[in-house]
Amino acid sequence: MAQTRRTYLVDPLVDNNPITLQVLGICSALAVTSSLKVSFVMALAVIFVTGFSSMFISMLRNQIPSSIRIIVQMVIIASLVILVDQILKAFLYEISKTLSVFVGLIITNCIVMGRAEAFAMKNPPLDSFVDGVGNGLGYGFILMLVGTIRELFGAGSLFGITILPTVNNGGWYVPNGMLLLPPSAFFIIGLIIWAFRSWKPEQVEEREFSIQKVEAH
Amino acid sequence: MPENDTRGFFERWKALPVDSVPKTVTVAVVLCLFCSMVVAAAAVSLRPIQEVNKLRDKQINILQVAGVYEPGINIQEAFAAFEPRVVDLETGTFTDEFDAANFDDRAAASDPALSVALEDDPAGIGRQSRYQTVYLLNDAAGNIDKVILPIHGYGLWSTLYGFIALEENGNDIYGLQFYDHAETPGLGAEVDNPRWKAQWASKALRDESGALKISVAKGGAPAGEEQYHIDALAGATLTSVGVDNLVRFWMGEDGFGPFLDNLKAGAL
Repeated sequence: MAQTRRTYLVDPLVDNNPITLQVLGICSALAVTSSLKVSFVMALAVIFVTGFSSMFISMLRNQIPSSIRIIVQMVIIASLVILVDQILKAFLYEISKTLSVFVGLIITNCIVMGRAEAFAMKNPPLDSFVDGVGNGLGYGFILMLVGTIRELFGAGSLFGITILPTVNNGGWYVPNGMLLLPPSAFFIIGLIIWAFRSWKPEQVEEREFSIQKVEAH
Repeated sequence: MPENDTRGFFERWKALPVDSVPKTVTVAVVLCLFCSMVVAAAAVSLRPIQEVNKLRDKQINILQVAGVYEPGINIQEAFAAFEPRVVDLETGTFTDEFDAANFDDRAAASDPALSVALEDDPAGIGRQSRYQTVYLLNDAAGNIDKVILPIHGYGLWSTLYGFIALEENGNDIYGLQFYDHAETPGLGAEVDNPRWKAQWASKALRDESGALKISVAKGGAPAGEEQYHIDALAGATLTSVGVDNLVRFWMGEDGFGPFLDNLKAGAL
């Protein structure tokens, strides 16, 4: 049992990563990764929401009527997200100012719903909690990776601390402005997926069809 | 249901098939009630802290734009030196109709009794409150040293909210700062860059004839116009245009123009 719980936590980091393998939650990964601090808080918020929403949904899984199960899941997820939003506004005001819209959009993050529907509805609460946290961590891991690249080369800093002094501030580094715009995260996530699949070829999907070889007449 | 069923109500309910109508309805109602209570409790219990944060954030920005902010100072004490007053934009004079400490400019802008819909709206704000809260910083002798005026307008993605600090003559700029916006980080959000903000210091709004000259524009200043010229942000044309429009709007006739004239003439 301990072994499987461990895999619930570790698998989503690389082997079954929600972003790079399942390609879910891309929208928010594009939006929040322009600075590392914001990515970090976003990752924490998603870990909290996926973990606890999976746990609560799993606790109720035998009582949830299948006709309204998606709505029930949404209500639980939305309540948790509002809770996170309120707490951020109260205790991390500066960050909540830059993040607020995206925290609200955790509700629509496919990873949270995906785990609720695919895992929590069929598994006991503790397993579901670990699975939710694991998937949140997998999401957060990619977020931090993308955030590091974007903030370092786009703004010359990490967590707001200057690493490469930019020309704007009298340094030598000419920042790559494109990295601060959302589309750049597409390229970076694409490259990460490529890297992961070169490293672990079993992640590559089989071709749905291939060109047939036909003998010449 | 057999007559001699001794099970309690809850157990009988639990034994109902999950997909039956009564079960569906009760699950939905109970869950919604429970979640709404949790959310409402969190919102209500955290609101005081959130309000304090908002107020603090605004006060810090006023202190910063007036150049008296240092990390670690007692915000409330430092802020006590500022006197909030409500200005009637039309006449350009102070009004005591409202409690200046609690007057909410943003709420007033959507109150039809206190605001006007703008036809000519370069700042892109839609409705403008006829009353604005300004902050006066007095010197030791009790004379006005600086005035801090609220400004806002549309940039590229968002409305930028900020303050502009003027010297007592109502013409020389001491500083400008935005405290709430959602412009692109690294491009439009460079309005927060200290090096860019430093340009505003000791620039002037108007020339001797009283014409509004301040502008945010690309390239160098035309000869002789250096004290009215702010270099636009590189890579953020639309945000720069927005800042240009909103500063010119608020410093112009429809904004604080009459108030600044009164300030200059010492008629307050």
